[in-house]
Amino acid sequence: MKTESAIFGLAAEFTTHVDLLKAVHAARAQGYERMDTYSPFPIEGMPSALGRKPTVVPLVVLIGGILGGTGGYFMEWYANVVSYPINIGGRPLHSWPFFIPITFELTVLGAALAAFFGSLAMNKLPQPYHPIFHTPNFERASVDHFFLCVMAEDPKFDRSATRLFLESLQPLAVSEVPL
Amino acid sequence: MSERPGDSIETTPLGAPKRLLAPGETYTSVTDTIASIPLNNRPPRAWYFGFFFGFTLLMLLMLAVTWLLAKGVGIWGINVPVAWGFAIVNFVWWIGIGHAGTFISAILLLLHQNWRTAINRFSEAMTLFAVACAGMFPLLHLGRPWVFWWILPYPDTMGVWPQFRSPLVWDVFAVSTYFSVSLMFWFLGLIPDVATLRDKATHLWQKKVYGVLALGWRGSAAHWQRHQSAYLLLAGLATPLVLSVHSVVSFDFAVAIVPGWHSTIFPPYFVAGAIYSGFAMVLNIVIPVRKLYQLESVITMRILNNMANVMLVTGEMVAYGYFIEAFMAWYSGDPFEEYMMSNRAFGPYGWVFWSLMLFNVVIPQVLWSRRVRTNLTLLFLVALSINIGMWVERFVIVVTSLNRDFTPSAWHLFVPTVWDWATLAGSIGLFFTLQFLFIRFLPMISITETRELVAEPEKAVR
Repeated sequence: MKTESAIFGLAAEFTTHVDLLKAVHAARAQGYERMDTYSPFPIEGMPSALGRKPTVVPLVVLIGGILGGTGGYFMEWYANVVSYPINIGGRPLHSWPFFIPITFELTVLGAALAAFFGSLAMNKLPQPYHPIFHTPNFERASVDHFFLCVMAEDPKFDRSATRLFLESLQPLAVSEVPL
Repeated sequence: MSERPGDSIETTPLGAPKRLLAPGETYTSVTDTIASIPLNNRPPRAWYFGFFFGFTLLMLLMLAVTWLLAKGVGIWGINVPVAWGFAIVNFVWWIGIGHAGTFISAILLLLHQNWRTAINRFSEAMTLFAVACAGMFPLLHLGRPWVFWWILPYPDTMGVWPQFRSPLVWDVFAVSTYFSVSLMFWFLGLIPDVATLRDKATHLWQKKVYGVLALGWRGSAAHWQRHQSAYLLLAGLATPLVLSVHSVVSFDFAVAIVPGWHSTIFPPYFVAGAIYSGFAMVLNIVIPVRKLYQLESVITMRILNNMANVMLVTGEMVAYGYFIEAFMAWYSGDPFEEYMMSNRAFGPYGWVFWSLMLFNVVIPQVLWSRRVRTNLTLLFLVALSINIGMWVERFVIVVTSLNRDFTPSAWHLFVPTVWDWATLAGSIGLFFTLQFLFIRFLPMISITETRELVAEPEKAVR
């Protein structure tokens, strides 16, 4: 392997989520910004430790729910009042209480579709290829090991200095992530 | 049945085991315990036995449905006035079984009941398969199932729209929404676990299949943040949804004016009954599977005890529902309601009503005893009794209400035919076939959430 070829970043491997969280805090204190962590389960406090903003998933879900509910009610109104009016037991055509159950169901459906497809789209999944999978031992990131990756695009990134810094955190290993 | 030593130690003052996980479990050990089941190429012999049991019944379903499509619904025992026979009984029964899955995965998640971790994936899968079985019955009952989409709203060339004032149309939306949301919730929770299988797989075909299903999941902090948010929101959405679905199913009855159906107690009483039978079905599946796959360290006695407690509580609610139905029939002073109740208890189907009382009200009272709740054989038998009882309950509601309504000249008894029984047995076959395939190929316990219990043992003690 050519030593000077472009790389995605440097990855440090840890065995507990506590060590990973400490490493992230130390890296932030050093001024690193462009980082990501890889762990076999979600770690409380990790997004804020990485300086991530709150996710917009809830907003997307709210919009999905509003669209589902209003769209559903409009459909019922249009179908039973405008397009195909029919007298059912002498009730008014626009008998709104009857329209509520389906409005409710479609609100939930719209919100759920937004949650599912919205979160996947924001995560850019499905994504068959990502450089991080080249990291040695990365298959354990989904089992029992925890990785911190400082990306090469970080302004403070320097191949040897960053490696020295990561090694000072006493990880199991520090490895280059090829692009 | 004997337990692993880890199960009995460290009990709370009330005697319940303190830990959700046996001591000494690590990320690696829980991952290996759960992931080895789908990755192992040789399932235990009992798996083949169970799968072929289900598959044989599934073939019976194919036969029954083929004959139904050839001859029409006349092969069933339904008539006028009992136009809703086994099809609707089975539909409500299966939907109810599905509800425990959503209850366990969504409501208990919101309530931070961490003991759900061991059984939530399993029960979510059960929900999907039960709703698939349920959804089949109204379609088959249509008479001409090949034009089922006429019930869906779309601008068609006939210029006709569904009648949105009808509870049967509400049902279509409720059940299809329920299936879609359950599927998305289940799959979203599965993605990180499938990624684990992808990374642990040794065969190329396993790596490919799980690799595609994992969608490229890499466990990044950004992924987890959105995933957790979406998962929690789906749980929050599923919670009112599960209550609404069985309420809408109960509206199929309660909005009609038939004596024995036209009752405001139906929605809460149906929801309680649904959770009751669903927990019973989870226990009926979990107890043998736990034994078979040696999952005692993950599905501990405390979890089974908690499920038995939920059954006890919902069982009392259902019993209260039966009592109020009888009380209101008398208190209303309505002669048709009064007759319905006396016909239900002492008419031609009286023995069915009393067996319902036995299966659903009398036998489950043994759950008050902790010795029964922690005895696997007895717990399995009580759960089986509840499953039978809940099916009988729907039979009592559908058939005894319909067979004698207002005009005696219209009265007619319903007698199920062999095809009614074959379709019921066949749907059980479909359910077990899917359940056994799920156990074989996907992690039946959430590996991610079990790891969280390892990481934070104080959560696990609660």
